[in-house]
Amino acid sequence: MKMTKIAALIAAAAIATPVVAQDLHFPMLNYRTGPFAPGGIPFADGYQDYLTLINERDGGIGGLPIRTTECETAYNTERGVECYESIRGDSPLIVQPLSTGITYQLIPRVTEDGVPLHTMGYGRTSAMEGETFPWVFNYPANYWDGASVAINYLLDQNGDSLEGKKIVLIYHNSAYGREPIPTLENLSERYGFELVEIPVDSPGQEQSSQWLQIRRERPDYVIMWGWGVMNAVAIQEAANIRFPMDHFIGIWWSGSENDVVPVGEGADGYTALTFHGVGTDYPVYDDIQEYVVDRGLAAGNGDQIGSAVYSRGLYAAMLAVEAARTAQDLAGHAQITPAEMRAGMEALSISEERLAELGLPNFSAPFDVSCQNHGGSGAAMIQQWDADAQTWSLITDWIDSDRELIGELATADAAAYAAENNITPGCM
Amino acid sequence: MSENVLFALEAAANGLTVGIMYSLVALGFVLIFKASGIFNFAQGVLALFAALTLVGFQTGQVPFAHLINAIFGTNIHDFGFTMPAALAILLTVLVMILIAILVERLVLKHLVNQEPIILFMATIGLAYFLEGLGDIMWGAEVKRLDVGIPQGMSPWVDEVTYNLFGYGFYLDELSLWALGIAAVLVTALVVFSQYTKQGRALRAVADDHQAALSVGISLRFIWVLTWSIAGIVALVAGIMWGSKSGVQFSLSLIALKALPVLILGGFTSIPGAIVGGLLIGVGEKLFDFLMQPVIGGATENWFAYMLALVFLLFRPQGLFGERIIERV
Repeated sequence: MKMTKIAALIAAAAIATPVVAQDLHFPMLNYRTGPFAPGGIPFADGYQDYLTLINERDGGIGGLPIRTTECETAYNTERGVECYESIRGDSPLIVQPLSTGITYQLIPRVTEDGVPLHTMGYGRTSAMEGETFPWVFNYPANYWDGASVAINYLLDQNGDSLEGKKIVLIYHNSAYGREPIPTLENLSERYGFELVEIPVDSPGQEQSSQWLQIRRERPDYVIMWGWGVMNAVAIQEAANIRFPMDHFIGIWWSGSENDVVPVGEGADGYTALTFHGVGTDYPVYDDIQEYVVDRGLAAGNGDQIGSAVYSRGLYAAMLAVEAARTAQDLAGHAQITPAEMRAGMEALSISEERLAELGLPNFSAPFDVSCQNHGGSGAAMIQQWDADAQTWSLITDWIDSDRELIGELATADAAAYAAENNITPGCM
Repeated sequence: MSENVLFALEAAANGLTVGIMYSLVALGFVLIFKASGIFNFAQGVLALFAALTLVGFQTGQVPFAHLINAIFGTNIHDFGFTMPAALAILLTVLVMILIAILVERLVLKHLVNQEPIILFMATIGLAYFLEGLGDIMWGAEVKRLDVGIPQGMSPWVDEVTYNLFGYGFYLDELSLWALGIAAVLVTALVVFSQYTKQGRALRAVADDHQAALSVGISLRFIWVLTWSIAGIVALVAGIMWGSKSGVQFSLSLIALKALPVLILGGFTSIPGAIVGGLLIGVGEKLFDFLMQPVIGGATENWFAYMLALVFLLFRPQGLFGERIIERV
């Protein structure tokens, strides 16, 4: 009887005192399967490896371990939303869906639930307007920045004039692919170049019509907004029609090893934008080797380390960890809530000194996030593929985007969104 | 000749070669449907699996390496040697035959006399299984496939058309090779079905299952034979498409291009698959060329299905399909 009473008391105490998780939950909405897995796997591996490094080397953030949960979206919007629904009650500190389609579906949900959403280099561009999208962040660069940086690079290559030039935009015929069109149209008027828009339906396995048209148009440059198999096919077709590869510029999602390796020698000289460094020549990779790989903790096959999209995943994880540190400093305690994480993201400051301390010197352009600007610096570099060495190398320094123009476009788009959704913009 | 006419001719010529690539995929569907009445949803995945296996053999990749490493804590990825393309193709053919035997033993044998929709559902399951198996066996990363087929602009076509019209046409050498390979493949299939004992047995089963069984033809053997041939055709399609875009999991989606080809050509006709492919190829390229200035391009995906829809309205059995006779 006595034992029964003790057991009942223990049970009652367990119910009355909920166990508080002493960890920081970083969910991962990955895609390791399906047609877009070649892009999803390296990003997921880079993201996970960096978080493992922080746990193994530093014991977590502020003394609390990072807990990761993985949900497979297969780059499918419905499955992505289901993944979010499955983790939203588990205090997710930051959600990164790596899909513009999923992002659009999640924006109203995270706003209602109070969960920070980070869409690094993808998603809704006007989410950089923090007063309208307080829970959404797209630093350090967005698609409109990408379009502007590409044009600024071409201006630099052509003595600051694109007058009379013809530029083709070949794009994935989706919300993602159509994102840069307003910016490019605007820049076309400003700088006097002719813009020819050529869509490619998903997945883009067959593009001979598009490249016949490009051959007929005889453009000076081709800019590509592709993803998945579309990239490799486009680069192969460009090589087939003998289009000069150094006049072919991809957005950062068209600049991975997956896009150029299948083309072989033909891809030599192809260029793409990037908003982070390339290769493994950064001290952080020594730590990843020591604390992650050598301990048998590498994510996936462990064969993606140093690839372009792996570096991007690592960068996304680094920014999430830095935001969590900032949030802990602001809150004055380690066990932060999603709302406190949001405040940390809004106060995030990435300086050259901090990048060097993290073992990533000059890996990113420095930037500060604020209530008004959730979009970071907008700067990017140009990387070029060397088919013999099988490596990307940087051929420019940081190129700034035209933030004045992009700000105008983003403000107009955000204002329309606010009006549609009865949002009164303002800082939280 | 005006510039626009030349451009249209060039688009049509490209349509012909692309159409042949579609036909290569459609052929596998026709073979299985003709012999067993099964619409094989897994045909696209068979092409993907064959291409993955071929690259795996060529590069000396260890199958299931990720799984082995995860279980035993090892760090193996490849055998350390590469294989000549011809040997790798031969070994892949053997793998495709093995798959045909397993499909018959583990799936079809247990579904004899079931409704076509049941068999169709079984092939959907097979597609998912093979896709997962390919992922675990060979990994999901993009792979380069090179069996020595040249790619790029054909200088011969460029020169001839330039001399004729003053404008050099662009045709991809890979597509020209596809034309030749398709011709050899169709000839081989016709010779096999007309002049060999197994081929005649296959035709007998296609005509009437019951009658074929009554004269001692083994239905199980014929199914293995049909799936083996479809597997080899899938390998050919996988090589051609994989050379074009690299071997990646979206390769299985090429099956979607075969459906309108089948509707046009008929589900039971090998020449129909070829003609259907050519019609779809030329039709979609010309339509895109003509309508691009008006509606902005990217019409190819839906144009093929629209054309198929028109055919379904007026000739549901396709151009070469068996006439549908319903007796009341």
